Amino acid sequence: MSFKDKLLSSYIALEDYLEFDSPLHDIRNEAIKNFEEKGFPTKKDEAWKYTSLKSLLKPDYSVYSNKERNVELKNVRKYFLHEIDTYKLVFVDGVYSSFLSETTHDTLDVCLMSAALNKSKYKPVIEAYFNKTAKSDSLTSLNTAFTKEGAYIHIPAHKEVEKPIEIINFSTGNEDAIFLQPRNLIVVGENAHVQIIERHQSLSNNEVLTNSVTEIFAEKRAYVDYYKIQNDVSTASLIDNTYISQQRDTVCRVHTFSFGGKLVRNNLNYFQHGEHTDSTLKGITILEGKQHVDHNTLVHHTAPNCESHQDYKGLFAEASIGVFNGKIVVEKDAQKIDAFQQNNNILIDDKATINAKPQLEIFADDVKCSHGCTIGQFDEEALFYLRSRGIGLKESRALLMYAFANTVLESVKIPELKTRINKLIANKIGVSLGFEL
Amino acid sequence: MLKIKDLHAGLEGKDILQGINLDVKAGEVHAIMGPNGSGKSTLASVVAGKEEFDITKGEIDFNDEDITEMDPEERAHKGIFLSFQYPVEIPGVSVTNFIKTAINETRKSQGLEDMPASEMLKMIKDKAAMLEIDRKFLSRSLNEGFSGGEKKRNEIFQMAMLEPKLAILDETDSGLDIDALKVVANGVNKLKSEDNAVLLITHYQRLLDYIVPDYVHVLMDGKIVKSGTKELAYELEEKGYDWIKEEMV
Ligand SMILES: Nc1ncnc2c1ncn2[C@@H]1O[C@H](COP(=O)(O)OP(=O)(O)OP(=O)(O)O)[C@@H](O)[C@H]1O
Ligand SMILES: [Mg+2]
Repeated sequence: MSFKDKLLSSYIALEDYLEFDSPLHDIRNEAIKNFEEKGFPTKKDEAWKYTSLKSLLKPDYSVYSNKERNVELKNVRKYFLHEIDTYKLVFVDGVYSSFLSETTHDTLDVCLMSAALNKSKYKPVIEAYFNKTAKSDSLTSLNTAFTKEGAYIHIPAHKEVEKPIEIINFSTGNEDAIFLQPRNLIVVGENAHVQIIERHQSLSNNEVLTNSVTEIFAEKRAYVDYYKIQNDVSTASLIDNTYISQQRDTVCRVHTFSFGGKLVRNNLNYFQHGEHTDSTLKGITILEGKQHVDHNTLVHHTAPNCESHQDYKGLFAEASIGVFNGKIVVEKDAQKIDAFQQNNNILIDDKATINAKPQLEIFADDVKCSHGCTIGQFDEEALFYLRSRGIGLKESRALLMYAFANTVLESVKIPELKTRINKLIANKIGVSLGFEL
Repeated sequence: MLKIKDLHAGLEGKDILQGINLDVKAGEVHAIMGPNGSGKSTLASVVAGKEEFDITKGEIDFNDEDITEMDPEERAHKGIFLSFQYPVEIPGVSVTNFIKTAINETRKSQGLEDMPASEMLKMIKDKAAMLEIDRKFLSRSLNEGFSGGEKKRNEIFQMAMLEPKLAILDETDSGLDIDALKVVANGVNKLKSEDNAVLLITHYQRLLDYIVPDYVHVLMDGKIVKSGTKELAYELEEKGYDWIKEEMV
């Protein structure tokens, strides 16, 4: 039985547990139908030209894990931003772990999707937002059909959340292969501020495939900082589908740090719905071995006087593969748009590859739109400069890589996180210098 | 200390240096002057180990060791320092972190432990004060957005920290205002001793009022065509290079 067929029959089993009168039921049914029609994307789909899911679909994944899950805090503490106080939503093999989490209902809601879906007091929010910005591509539909658990975060108007919220998905390896589909809904009220960190982490070397969907709604003047840490083991793959809907005067920034995992596909979609919105997408990708990371971004400008900034840096060693596909759409009424896209890559080894493709669809005439993509080797003069000061070739290279990636970190607003990422980068590229990290 | 014998070096089959002979002894200051494009920076880079240039003939000895084929970092570990005519910008790495790395890498090559943090800090403080460099400046990214003069001063700061045996200063005076020139010259003079040497590349006699050379050489078309004492620099300042060309024919 193919994985697709297995999922379709799992859905029939799932349906038995569902409340038939809920509006969600129709959404699920429609979604599974859509997935059934479209199936998993293949290389024939333009958007998947450079990334194949074929080998990822072979293992016999468990779709639900019923095995016991024991994760000790001391073993996973390092994956939390433990230097500071945070809210935490922790899921182990797709199931909520109250023991590792720290939720709240005090003015803001940081809790579970399962609770939000089942309790009537959340019904208005679910009806107003759930699945309202997600696209109906097959992978998102697959997630929608199986929506069960994930983060539910609702920040009321004018609330500045005083500490970051961490969403962490662990997988234990209790199953030989596991398929996970977290579903997150984040609603940030008018003039509210929030910082969120998302991480997927496998604790074993068993196969993990995650198909995650996150919807973020930023109401007027809201401020959202979202950080994705992708530093998983080499048997874990992630398809991240993130949708951001921005009302006027909002600022939404997503930083994606892709250092690990077997295959990672980031579908990051921004929809601007009001004037003076600012969308920022930044990423550092550092790969080695046969790792494959595909950044597929979309910024959809529909209103005038808005900005978008994309800055992705990539360092590719050994036989790793990077893909950057950045699409910017500027609708006819979206005049005076400043859309900036930059993608700089360094290929460290001859066998590494990068496929980069900017796609601009501009229907307005008064638009400032710039995009640039570079694929470079090391700057010989800079290398000589460092070496002439006594720094060895390997260290000099590492220092230049570090310097190259480092500029993306300037906009990271949580100092402890910045330090963490700095250390990860330094480790990853083997700089052992006298750094005060 | 530095002995260059019949050095020919260039790029893609074209010789830029065409038979350089130079002998710099410990305790000496040599100045090299010459028209634009004559090969001064090339000579400096080749001595520091820039691999881009092919050495087609000749030899470079440093303290009686042939270093012609040596890596640039190894030469640095042996005490050769080049102050760049155009220092390179390295965003994301602070001046302090950079110099710490350079010092500790050099120490490592000599089998020494990292310099203790307190000692490093004191040294940074002292040298920065000597060169009148604001401490805030040291936490900025290396050379990024530095003015021309700031870059040069920062090169001399690194030299002061690394305490080289042979300092090659490639047009360090260009871009410095008069006060900065004095500060920088003072920094170089402080380093000078019987055990080390300085090779100055400059277009202006003015620098040589502050750092007094024992010898002045004129480099033209990749050759040293005339050598003399500091009086030669005055003559060049006054008359330019044409008379040397005429003298040659
Ligand atoms: N990387 C290079 N590629 C091509 N030509 C080069 C390169 N480096 C040096 N040259 C050439 O070699 C010659 C000598 O250059 P060099 O920089 O050594 O001159 P210089 O004496 O330092 O001049 P200036 O006084 O202007 O600094 C010049 O003709 C220059 O164009
Ligand atoms: Mg020069």
